[in-house]
Amino acid sequence: MKARVFVTLKNGVLDPQGKAIGHALQGLGFDGVGEVRQGKVIDLELAERDAAKARACLTEMCEKLLANTIIEKYEIELKG
Amino acid sequence: MKSAVVVFPASNCDRDAAVALERMTGNKPHMVWHADSAVPDVDLIVLPGGFAYGDYLRCGAMASQSRVMRDVKAKAEKGVAVLGICNGFQVLTETHMLPGALIRNAGLKFVCRPVGLEVTETQSAFTRKYDHGQRVVFPVAHGEGNYFADEETLDRLEGEGRVVFRYAPGDNPNGSIRNIAGILNEKRNVLGLMPHPERVVDPLLGGTDGRALFESLIEALP
Repeated sequence: MKARVFVTLKNGVLDPQGKAIGHALQGLGFDGVGEVRQGKVIDLELAERDAAKARACLTEMCEKLLANTIIEKYEIELKG
Repeated sequence: MKSAVVVFPASNCDRDAAVALERMTGNKPHMVWHADSAVPDVDLIVLPGGFAYGDYLRCGAMASQSRVMRDVKAKAEKGVAVLGICNGFQVLTETHMLPGALIRNAGLKFVCRPVGLEVTETQSAFTRKYDHGQRVVFPVAHGEGNYFADEETLDRLEGEGRVVFRYAPGDNPNGSIRNIAGILNEKRNVLGLMPHPERVVDPLLGGTDGRALFESLIEALP
């Protein structure tokens, strides 16, 4: 089973990189760009075939390593 | 005083720390590799600056999972003093031995310069030889030293006298919330700070304001 984990900064945590990207987009003439926030995508291959078990395992991975839950939140996407 | 310096792949201030410890204590510290399962019996463990494991995933994230950190954590719980400098501070937050997190500098740039600090807490083994409110200058050299924690944690840190160093007004190099530069754990035996006291123990290198931190430890520890 393949999975994709999205790790993004929690609301209220300063994202200077996102701000810089926003400024660069404005500089390129893309008007109307509001707040920009940058995150990470982590693709994983898992031996597990049961979706519920895979999700539980990924949640544990996120809590233990993939995300720092003090500043980040995560979303898990399973792909068949 | 017996000490040890943990060496991770891509630590780069481990020898600075070792030189400072030897000069200040008269004893050579043990250099402990990250894959070692145990730190020798010492009074102080130093987690040095650098880019452990290339800062992969997040600064300190990989190092927090290393074998040696299990023993560092266990020893800290037994009361052994732990000093995390720069990357070492990042490792301590990732290991949850200290609260909060260190995020990208607000100005996005890597900042490498001397900064003014205030010693805001002297009731600690790390700072007892400083005067309360004393201004000192330590160098900083980091890209991710912007301390962040939620309001409740910050209030608690301040209420319990655990904010030990703050950037002097107008000299915050990274956007750290409430100008926080260094904090203690609840038991007060673990200190993490972004500035480098080990780089200011010899006048040849531009200052000696870091000496009192090591003198404090020598006085406080057996």
